[in-house]
Amino acid sequence: MKFTDGFIEVDGCRTHLRRGGSGQPLLYLHGASGAPAIMPFMEQLAARFDVLVPEHPGYGLSDEPEWLENIHDAAYFYLDFLKRLNLQKAVLVGSSMGGWMALEMAVRDTSRIKSLVLVGPAGISAPGVQPADIFLMPPEEVIRSLFDDPRLAEQRLAEPATPESLDIALKNRHTTARLAWEPRLHDPFLPKWLHRIDVPVKIIWGAEDRILPVAFTKEFSRLMPKAEIHIIAGCGHLPQLEKPDAFCEIVCR
Amino acid sequence: MQIILFHLMPYADLDLEAGRKNGTVWVRLPNRHFDPEKGHRLYNRYLDELEHAERLGFDAVSVNEHHQTAYGLMPSPIVTASALARRTQRVRIAILGSALPLREHPLMVAEEHAMIDVISGGRLISGFVRGIGAEYHTFGVNPTFSHERFHEAHDLIVRAWTEPGPFPFQGKHYNVQYVNLWPRPYQKPHPPIWIPSQGSKETIDWASHPDRRYTYLQTFSPARVVQRYLKLYRDTCSGYGYEAQDSQLGWAVPVYVANTDEEARREAKPHFEAFRNVFVKMPLEMLLPPGYTSRESLKNVMKAKAQMFGDVTIDQAVELGLFVCGSGKTVLKAFEGYWNDMRFGNLLVLCQFGTLPAELTRKNMEFFAREVMPRLKPL
Repeated sequence: MKFTDGFIEVDGCRTHLRRGGSGQPLLYLHGASGAPAIMPFMEQLAARFDVLVPEHPGYGLSDEPEWLENIHDAAYFYLDFLKRLNLQKAVLVGSSMGGWMALEMAVRDTSRIKSLVLVGPAGISAPGVQPADIFLMPPEEVIRSLFDDPRLAEQRLAEPATPESLDIALKNRHTTARLAWEPRLHDPFLPKWLHRIDVPVKIIWGAEDRILPVAFTKEFSRLMPKAEIHIIAGCGHLPQLEKPDAFCEIVCR
Repeated sequence: MQIILFHLMPYADLDLEAGRKNGTVWVRLPNRHFDPEKGHRLYNRYLDELEHAERLGFDAVSVNEHHQTAYGLMPSPIVTASALARRTQRVRIAILGSALPLREHPLMVAEEHAMIDVISGGRLISGFVRGIGAEYHTFGVNPTFSHERFHEAHDLIVRAWTEPGPFPFQGKHYNVQYVNLWPRPYQKPHPPIWIPSQGSKETIDWASHPDRRYTYLQTFSPARVVQRYLKLYRDTCSGYGYEAQDSQLGWAVPVYVANTDEEARREAKPHFEAFRNVFVKMPLEMLLPPGYTSRESLKNVMKAKAQMFGDVTIDQAVELGLFVCGSGKTVLKAFEGYWNDMRFGNLLVLCQFGTLPAELTRKNMEFFAREVMPRLKPL
């Protein structure tokens, strides 16, 4: 499946966007480590959907707009993004930080959203459950904690670093801190408004997630009782990379 | 030259092996390693040392702020500076500095500093810092907003000290309907402001600006790095169209003086190496969280990582000018040489470092005061 690769401007932010496939629009919202390449799960989804893979403002090749100061700014940006591309009935698939963005969008306005698929989403706190301290861990340890299968982490670590990839890693890390340092990876005011989400929600979680432990699902099901919860065994924080078939099957189901 | 005795008040009774095994004494060293009875003795010993500095003829004594670490036991320098304000008569008292972005409300800083200035009859030197990277981890304050919180807090404090109240302050991080400081500071227009830094162009551009002309202190860096940044400060002043006074420049450095070079190195060695290789040490991610520095500076540190994060022996430290150590004659000669190259008007000497015990600290202070200080002051 061929993905186009270009830029669009939304809210004054030159935004890197890859797009491929056809069908209903599916907006993939990446997590803290960005979306540097088209991955197999995106290709699989493109057989069914018109898949849009932007890099968030402040990440990858996209601009770093001055107005981006918190997660709400990112949510308003993506609501404008849906409008700018005139996307209707979009499926939002958000991983980790991207799942948090999808929630923040959907409590504000679901008029262009058909459903949400949240993959190990950040966004809420849960009593007694602590996310990994991704800012204090050395980058290699963060990567090792992303996957249940150590071979996947070793593959990722073996990818050669270039000056450009280092710049992007530091840029992504900066924006993640800006949006999620404090309160750490959540918005304490979000739970009050989750009832406004009036579209179907699926939550997918790796049973062995060492970044955001699977115990978060308990709090999500309390806050969003209608959400479908899918826990994938033998899988870490990124089911879309670690178990792409099971992941795509749940998205398409 | 003004000579200032600078104290970090480390937890000198630290189980060094526990510190080493933990990789750092910052953020995550379990506080079961702190014994309050030992802490009681240390605080009182350290305050005695600072008070003794007045009798020895130092121009000022200095305290600073660090949080949740064995490196320094002064989460509030306000407490130690307050104690010193009542127990000293002549020396200036420097708070170097208060970590503005970590404080919930800058008006509290303005008030506390003003109180110490009034109690001491105008002997306060105010210092402002952002806090070090580790403290953004301990406090949860977002490091990517550190600079703007610092600048806004600074503006509020200086206006609170100088403008007739009540007046409103409208900022992004701080909004106050009635700024109306009681007490106002003793010194006019306000206590001198010093800016300690590990070296940053942004800080130098800001501190040296003609509206501020704040004294810039380079802290605990190799001498050639100190020289580079002090020169950058002077050049930046020239760029602004004025010549920097020597009094706008300072250097903070650990010092040890004894009868002979050999005696000095032998006595200082375990304590300096504990300071440099246990108390100071922390991983890169802790030292420089995202946004604390520019990404360019962060990349430069990553390149120098091996050198910055590896162990340093006392001999290497003396060679680098990270530490000035020897007989009175040697130390005097070293400082005269550095002064000729850099012309700093303020020298902050750290006479207690790491595990250096009370008797060696006293001995060091007395040697320095007798054999080095009198010859440096006229410079």
